Amino acid sequence: MTRLISLFSAAVMTALTFAAPAHAAVDIQEVTSEKGIEAWLVEEHSIPFTALEIRFEGGTSLDREGKRGEVNLMMATLEEGAGDLDSQGFAKARDALAASFKFDAYIDSVTISARFLTENRDEAMALLRQAIMEPRFDQDAVDRVRGQVQSILRSSATDPGDIASNTFYNMAFGDHPYGTDANGTFESLASLTREDMFTAKERTMTRDRVLVGAVGDITAEELSELLDTLLGDLPTGGAPLPDRVEPALTGGTTVVPYDTPQSVVIFGHKGIERDDPDFIPAYIANEIFGGQSDSRLMEEVREKRGLTYGISSYLVPFDHSELIMGRFSSGNGAVAEAVEVVKDEWAKIAQDGLTEDELEIAKTYLTGAYALRFDGNGPIARILVGMQAQGLSPEYIATRNDKVNAVTLEEVNAVIKGLYDPENLTFVVVGQPEGLSVN
Amino acid sequence: MKYGLMAAVIAVTGPGLISSVQAAEVSTTTLDNGMEVVVLEDHRAPVVAHTVWYKVGAADEPLGKSGIAHFLEHLMFKGTDDLAAGELSETVTRNGGSDNAFTSWDYTAYYQRVAADRLGLMMEMEADRMRDLEMTEDDVRTERQVVLEERNQRTDNDPGALFMEQRNAAQYLNHPYGIPIIGWRHEMEQLNRDDAFAFYHRYYAPNNAILVVAGDVEPEEVFELAETYYGPLEPTPDLAPRVRPQEPPQLSERRLTMDDSRVAQPYVMRSYLAPERDPGAQEKAAALEILAALLGGNSTTAYLARKLTFEDPKAIYVGSYYNGTTIDDGTFGLIMVPTPEVSLEEAEAALDATVAQFLQDGVDLEEFESLKTQLRAGRIYAEDNIEGLARQYGQELAIGLSLNDIEAWPEILQAVTPEDVMAAAEEIFDRRKAVTGWLMPSASETEETAG
Repeated sequence: MTRLISLFSAAVMTALTFAAPAHAAVDIQEVTSEKGIEAWLVEEHSIPFTALEIRFEGGTSLDREGKRGEVNLMMATLEEGAGDLDSQGFAKARDALAASFKFDAYIDSVTISARFLTENRDEAMALLRQAIMEPRFDQDAVDRVRGQVQSILRSSATDPGDIASNTFYNMAFGDHPYGTDANGTFESLASLTREDMFTAKERTMTRDRVLVGAVGDITAEELSELLDTLLGDLPTGGAPLPDRVEPALTGGTTVVPYDTPQSVVIFGHKGIERDDPDFIPAYIANEIFGGQSDSRLMEEVREKRGLTYGISSYLVPFDHSELIMGRFSSGNGAVAEAVEVVKDEWAKIAQDGLTEDELEIAKTYLTGAYALRFDGNGPIARILVGMQAQGLSPEYIATRNDKVNAVTLEEVNAVIKGLYDPENLTFVVVGQPEGLSVN
Repeated sequence: MKYGLMAAVIAVTGPGLISSVQAAEVSTTTLDNGMEVVVLEDHRAPVVAHTVWYKVGAADEPLGKSGIAHFLEHLMFKGTDDLAAGELSETVTRNGGSDNAFTSWDYTAYYQRVAADRLGLMMEMEADRMRDLEMTEDDVRTERQVVLEERNQRTDNDPGALFMEQRNAAQYLNHPYGIPIIGWRHEMEQLNRDDAFAFYHRYYAPNNAILVVAGDVEPEEVFELAETYYGPLEPTPDLAPRVRPQEPPQLSERRLTMDDSRVAQPYVMRSYLAPERDPGAQEKAAALEILAALLGGNSTTAYLARKLTFEDPKAIYVGSYYNGTTIDDGTFGLIMVPTPEVSLEEAEAALDATVAQFLQDGVDLEEFESLKTQLRAGRIYAEDNIEGLARQYGQELAIGLSLNDIEAWPEILQAVTPEDVMAAAEEIFDRRKAVTGWLMPSASETEETAG
């Protein structure tokens, strides 16, 4: 033994486990502009730039019948010309200011993530305003971006991971927007017109659906003015949100034959709503089961048996439905055993719940890790918007760890009984699995 | 819009231009046993990143043992004489932190991200596994299955990754950069405990390691902790300098075609052997970095995009990259994903003609100035991501650049002139040093798609 220093004793190690977690010192101001746009702000003047996150609730789930892909295509084309600037002109103007604007489309929201320097904030915001208020959707731009989306669709059709998730969501949600690819189909994409882009924008980007988070070198007054410039003239009245949908997952294993050496597996069933009072206990349970890097699933499938490189599970609270899901990949010869292990673990947690020790591990991890999420202006701006979407108050940050710590073993195990349902656990396997029993 | 598919292809190219900057307070010391210590301060949040960089990677492996550097990285999470298998990660988790590791051709790195007051504990455990790793035959057998599954997932299940592996092997005639980091499957299957320990004992030592700590810490305090935990470790005597087999003159162009039924979107890639950033001599690399950005660094205003997706639309995506943050020769690359009606042959011809036109046209001065502005702004934005900075410093120090080199890099980039860029372009596009690859669907698939 060449060891020259001694480790902490086990007792010291345990004591450290219960040391107070780092505190996320985030001072949130609620700002309302003259025109009534609301935002959350964290002032952080040490670096001369601001991160601005804008989210419109609704997202690609607002696609009209037969127009699947319109919101996604619209968001991808927003930066392709606005006002008197064509696609090239817009990009040049943005780059000359060294600003960045990211436009994304998700199932329940569309987002704009902007980053801009203090020294040219007004110019950067004037440019972003053009993209939001006066997008051109020039025909050549729409066609060019449509070509990119078609290319993504082609690739997706031969990607085992995409085949697995598309199959799984389709089984769960059928014709509901949650059940189909937000990129659209070749047919629906081909039918989308320039007019559809303007309509899709009108339906999704409205004042009554907007949430804003700002972090960085900007005061409340400056932000208030910026909000009116940027968003004050948006129309109100977004398209009706989609109906609630129950996931139609009732167990069984579906194999999609695909010639590739490693099978991709997705599994899951109905989950738990984000604003359910039991969400935190459910989150704790998943953390131990398949959330963290030394979860039960990682231990059983990877560490003990070497059947996969990685496996995880997660809660998926959509706005109008919810799932608990997981995913992994295993060689075609190993996948049958891995699926059996996952089934056994699912049954085991449903039957026995967590142990006291596991609950403590999850609590110390989750409470300690919370502060680590607040790492940089952009990530904090996204957290602020996420909290607003969930209907949380700014005080949540200070009390969140107490809520985690307050969960008892009885509570978490009661929630587990209602959540993990081995009967309805549904698997989709894409590959050439050997010896897998399909039912 | 950003083109998602190609992000994955380009991800092999290393750090982007914008992040190649320095910001934040930097302090440094060297322990008596040879371990370098670098501290980057950011006091905005009570968090620290603790990272240890070993100056050894896949390009330092013995012949026939491909994948051992990466396999060892996995085995480092097994036990030591004082820690049970998995205990290190478990302890990090119990302290609310996260940990991971990564292996490249030139370095292997381990990091934890945790509340700043747990730094000592992280050092204690990381120091422990630097010299006292233990593993059973059983650990090795199971973990070998895990890395084979990792190869399945990252490479064998992805025709684009297989294609990259083949092109890379063709790019290097003699240098081990031509061998995949994860390893060739037939060699990975044979890797054993003795191989892992031989590599470990030789290369995992304080005089072959760099500690980079970034976050809410005071340098003096970090130096003291480092002295306490890493200071007592024995160095490896007589560590030889990192000399790898070098490339002979490359005299003949190489061309590859690969088809796979899982390919839906064909593309053409060309890579040229390129000089890397050298200590004290980064000027040529800086010119190549600017060239890559001007020619194909974005999908709208860069020269290739302007010509091939806007003026005469033949490409869904077209770009260029420079990968020169390496110890030995790196690569400069071009990629074009053609529109459905354009064949790979036409795509390659258009790409070549456009590069030839660029050599005629020269640098667009407006674009050039805009890029310089973005580089300056990049230094401001980079301050917001202290861990990104820690990663950049670790990576650059591990390939032998000094702190002076790292700090000089932004100025060297700013000092690049349009003439420097064109001179670099004239020199780099030498087909004798190039590999051109076409990736396409299998013939039968093409017919199906067409029908």
